[in-house]
Amino acid sequence: MALRPQLKFLSAELLERIVAEARDILCRLGTKVQNPRVLEMLAEHGAKVDFEKSQVLYTNSLLDRCLKSVPAQFKLYDVLGNETHDFSGSKIHFTPGSAALHVLDHQTQKIRKPDTTDYVRYVQLLSGLSHIASQSTAFIPADVAERVSDSYRLFLSLLYGEKPVVTGTFTIESFQVMRDMQLAVRGGEKELRAKPLTVFSCCPTSPLKWSEITSQNVVDCGASGIPVEFISMPLSGFMAPVTLVGTLVQHTAETLSGIVISQINSPGAPVLYGGSPAVFDMRYETTPMGAVETQMIDCACNEIGKYLGLPTQAYISLSDAKMLDAQAGSETAMGATLAALSGINNISGPGMLDFESCQSLEKLVLDNEICGMTLRLVQGIEPREDFPARPIFEELLREQHLLISPHTRRHLKSEHYFPGPVIDRANLSRWREEGSLTLGQRAHQEVERLVGAWSPSRLAAERKKELCALMEKEARRWGMDMLPARPVEA
Amino acid sequence: MEILKKIAQCLEVGDDAGVPPLVRQALAEGIVAKTILDDGLIAGMNTVGEKFRVHEIFLPDVLLAAKAMYAGMDVLKPLLLSAGVSSRGRVVIGSVQGDLHDIGKNLVGIMLKGAGFEVIDLGNDVAAEKFVAAAKSHDACVIGMSALLTTTMPVMKEVVDLLNKENLSGKIKTIIGGAPVSQNYAGEIGADAYGYDCAQAVAGVKKLAAAVP
Repeated sequence: MALRPQLKFLSAELLERIVAEARDILCRLGTKVQNPRVLEMLAEHGAKVDFEKSQVLYTNSLLDRCLKSVPAQFKLYDVLGNETHDFSGSKIHFTPGSAALHVLDHQTQKIRKPDTTDYVRYVQLLSGLSHIASQSTAFIPADVAERVSDSYRLFLSLLYGEKPVVTGTFTIESFQVMRDMQLAVRGGEKELRAKPLTVFSCCPTSPLKWSEITSQNVVDCGASGIPVEFISMPLSGFMAPVTLVGTLVQHTAETLSGIVISQINSPGAPVLYGGSPAVFDMRYETTPMGAVETQMIDCACNEIGKYLGLPTQAYISLSDAKMLDAQAGSETAMGATLAALSGINNISGPGMLDFESCQSLEKLVLDNEICGMTLRLVQGIEPREDFPARPIFEELLREQHLLISPHTRRHLKSEHYFPGPVIDRANLSRWREEGSLTLGQRAHQEVERLVGAWSPSRLAAERKKELCALMEKEARRWGMDMLPARPVEA
Repeated sequence: MEILKKIAQCLEVGDDAGVPPLVRQALAEGIVAKTILDDGLIAGMNTVGEKFRVHEIFLPDVLLAAKAMYAGMDVLKPLLLSAGVSSRGRVVIGSVQGDLHDIGKNLVGIMLKGAGFEVIDLGNDVAAEKFVAAAKSHDACVIGMSALLTTTMPVMKEVVDLLNKENLSGKIKTIIGGAPVSQNYAGEIGADAYGYDCAQAVAGVKKLAAAVP
């Protein structure tokens, strides 16, 4: 076995101290939970609850109990029921950054609001990107009523794509239909519980607060066996201490409180110890996801999650750039590399620009290659048929090359990663002959090729029909008589 | 003809052991050697070349196909000779004087053979006079020169000038390649073609050989 390259930022002593301080914060200062039903549950399970102030003080025994029941690993399955994700150990999987408000339009190079056609093209493209293991509901189509914009994304993803989906709701009411869609795909509650299809992102509000919607989502997901990823977002220097360690204490406290909310009602409910922490840029008043400190915090959060025995997630392979430029590539590649070396199980970010608010199909193509390279990176260096070394060198000296050596043919494709045409490896003359294309142009060609190569999801026709009926009913509930026209048949 | 397709397919998968029996079978079926060469072996190599160009297959696959081509040629060669069928042409190749790099040149040689050319490989550190003398004595239609150093590139011009001086420039064409060389440089020194990689070099030689009277 190859040594798995592993990145670490925290000493055992520092890690234990951060967790201890986070526990102390939870037990002495607590969190707000703006949800009376969840407050009652917490009180029933031994937390000290001030119902008037919606304030919860946790106890160490409650924290211990919940940490004991939370699963150390779980799996995801695609719409056809095939296993695609094993969230365990240091295994890594990439998923596009989720819930952007905008897309970068390749033709105009302008950032604009997306529509149904953009979303379908996104799902078609993602079906062909082999290093991005799941879909996320990557952006929000603006041509449907806002109240269905969360369920509509999931609907299109399940209708057109086969990969599992990282998603989330914007309201408490949407959960029902988003669950029903999954039941329609799987065929029943037991089947969905046995083979989870989605992960729901649930975000506490920094500092130390759970809104009614997100705390309810955590409870509802747990009750249905739908995995949750906690997305705590402390902002260093603004809504969190400026120091990286202080931010980590806050992230740990917020995420631990989420684990409690998840486990009290549904012990054993699957969760990812995740987050989207960031430093706060005091010059621009922004939250740079490409900042090196943001990425360091993400990696350290993963260490804490692993220490607590949980699979992990982070928003860490994305960029703050507004175009598909060198900054976009460098920030994404650095994040993906650090995340992979850290062993973050669900790495969110590909495709994303402008602080998690703009998706780009062309960037997804580039990022897919970055993901491919990092997946190769973590396989490490492994001796295959290398010892004793003399025979292959005798062959080399005899033949003067090893291009057609059986040894080369056996190991070439597993030892070397071959990126697609978006990564330029042609010599100058060939590059010129092929049109001197920029990275953006090559990526766009790939977008068009992969969208064109898409074939409909193999989900049974009657289940697709059921999905459509559910979505149409939900749209009518919120005043939409008709859904927007879709560019291709599902 | 089914058997010719089989030969081409066998070659495409680099099965050098599989090609000779199929070639013999084709001969037994009464297909003439030239047809087997053109519609079996060379047709297969053309497919391989195209797949390589679009990155569907990689260099080892091309070289294995070339090896399978040689295996087929070993069977056909005596028959082609006795039938008076000449090869696609002879090509003299070498790395120019002062240059000891020959990886690129060797690859071009392998692929030219795979494309049906006879290759006279002069090795590396080859002087201009030696290129021209070898081309004359072997009745070659193309001289292929490779250089990896800017300091050795002028030897390519010497070869072109020498051919001009001996009034051979129409009969013996030149193609150049190597990292510091470019299409512009080929134009500057009067070389007939430039290949930026092996596949392009083979395509260039095919064009030049077809243009030689």
